[in-house]
Amino acid sequence: MRRAIRYLVLLGVLAAIVMWWLTAPARVDRAVFADLTGDAARGERVFWVSGCASCHAAPKAEGAERLILSGGMAFPSPFGTFYAPNISSDPQYGIGNWTVVQLADAMVHGTSPEGAHYYPAFPYTSYGRAMPGDIADIHAFLQTLPASDQASLAHDVGFPFNIRRGLGVWKLLFPAPSRVIDVAGDPASQGQYLVEGLGHCGECHTPRGALGQLDYSQWMAGAPAPDGKGKVPALTPDKLTWSDRDVTAYLSTGFTPEYDSAGGHMADVVQNLAHLPESDLQAITAYLRVLPVNN
Amino acid sequence: MKKSLTILTSLVLSASFSASAIGDESGDAATKAAIKARQAQMQLYAFNIGLLGGMAKGEIEYNADAASKAAANLAALSRLDQSRSWPMGSDNAKMGAETTAALPAIWAEGSDIMSKGMALGEAAAAMEQAAGGGLDALRGAIGPLGNSCGGCHKSYRQSDD
Repeated sequence: MRRAIRYLVLLGVLAAIVMWWLTAPARVDRAVFADLTGDAARGERVFWVSGCASCHAAPKAEGAERLILSGGMAFPSPFGTFYAPNISSDPQYGIGNWTVVQLADAMVHGTSPEGAHYYPAFPYTSYGRAMPGDIADIHAFLQTLPASDQASLAHDVGFPFNIRRGLGVWKLLFPAPSRVIDVAGDPASQGQYLVEGLGHCGECHTPRGALGQLDYSQWMAGAPAPDGKGKVPALTPDKLTWSDRDVTAYLSTGFTPEYDSAGGHMADVVQNLAHLPESDLQAITAYLRVLPVNN
Repeated sequence: MKKSLTILTSLVLSASFSASAIGDESGDAATKAAIKARQAQMQLYAFNIGLLGGMAKGEIEYNADAASKAAANLAALSRLDQSRSWPMGSDNAKMGAETTAALPAIWAEGSDIMSKGMALGEAAAAMEQAAGGGLDALRGAIGPLGNSCGGCHKSYRQSDD
């Protein structure tokens, strides 16, 4: 009996060690990034596709102000309110002293330089699909942006979601697939990279489960708005019945086929996408056309 | 001169009296009329942008004269005085979602609705300059125009697609 208890305790300790090890924040392979040199000019495109300014610019920033990534925008959710941090080039308050691999750890694995888990309000579930070269390029571009000495706000998240290590369990339970759907040939494949990866469109247009995990079986099938007000529309071909030309034009102007205009967060997305070459927008449209329809 | 001043004063007085009378007896109707007026203005924006957007997309053949006229309409619309179109309380919280999508934030402290409105005026003026100058010029101006629409709709219109 005593022996059995000893075994059980030992097993428990072992399980705890394995669990601790499994929930440890992951890091990218340093070797992959060793020879990469970022290009700021190319990085600007990556920056606009990724929509960094939509969350990290100060609330209500317009025009050139959107390049000051001082953070502060609030994101209410069922788990609490998240605040976008300062990711400006300031070495103390922003991420000015981050290396390329530190940015890659954050974008690909949601791991901070100190080795803590980020909340998935930061869409590393999508950014994890970014190519190393694009991460090096956006790193170079972020360095060229203005510094802000605005201190980041602490998230307002209650127990048990305030235990960061728990996010390791979340990451373990809900791994993001490297590709969500099978796509063959360009421009749809190029669009897949933009939509599933950098553009992180699925983060809003796909419904989530009870723990905030994306429901990949309902990919792009529309979802309630994260703040609980209104809906985010479906983009699957059965629901998005606009012509290709209409979709592409909408992405850069925000004009619907009836010449109403995009509102809410999508107006912000359009402000970003307006910086992209038309070929990227056509690729996004091509990808949306091959989305599977799930009833 | 004195006489005309008296007439003017009485006109202003009677106008303000009747305005307050409307406010007392049928404030709701007056607010609804204002909402209808601004929605009609939005319709006119959309109607004129529709031609420009159709040309930019390649759905409508480019015509410098027609494009210029639509862009001039747009610029004129953006210069209309709208001080009576947005009375306090004409928001979706008070009037209901079926009546208007205008959010109370328009009238709240810290609202930058005026600068957003001016941004539309600037984008419309730029389109007026560009529309007659060839399809490429028109296409260059349509993005900023759309973004200026989004500038207001982002923060001040209830979004529920």
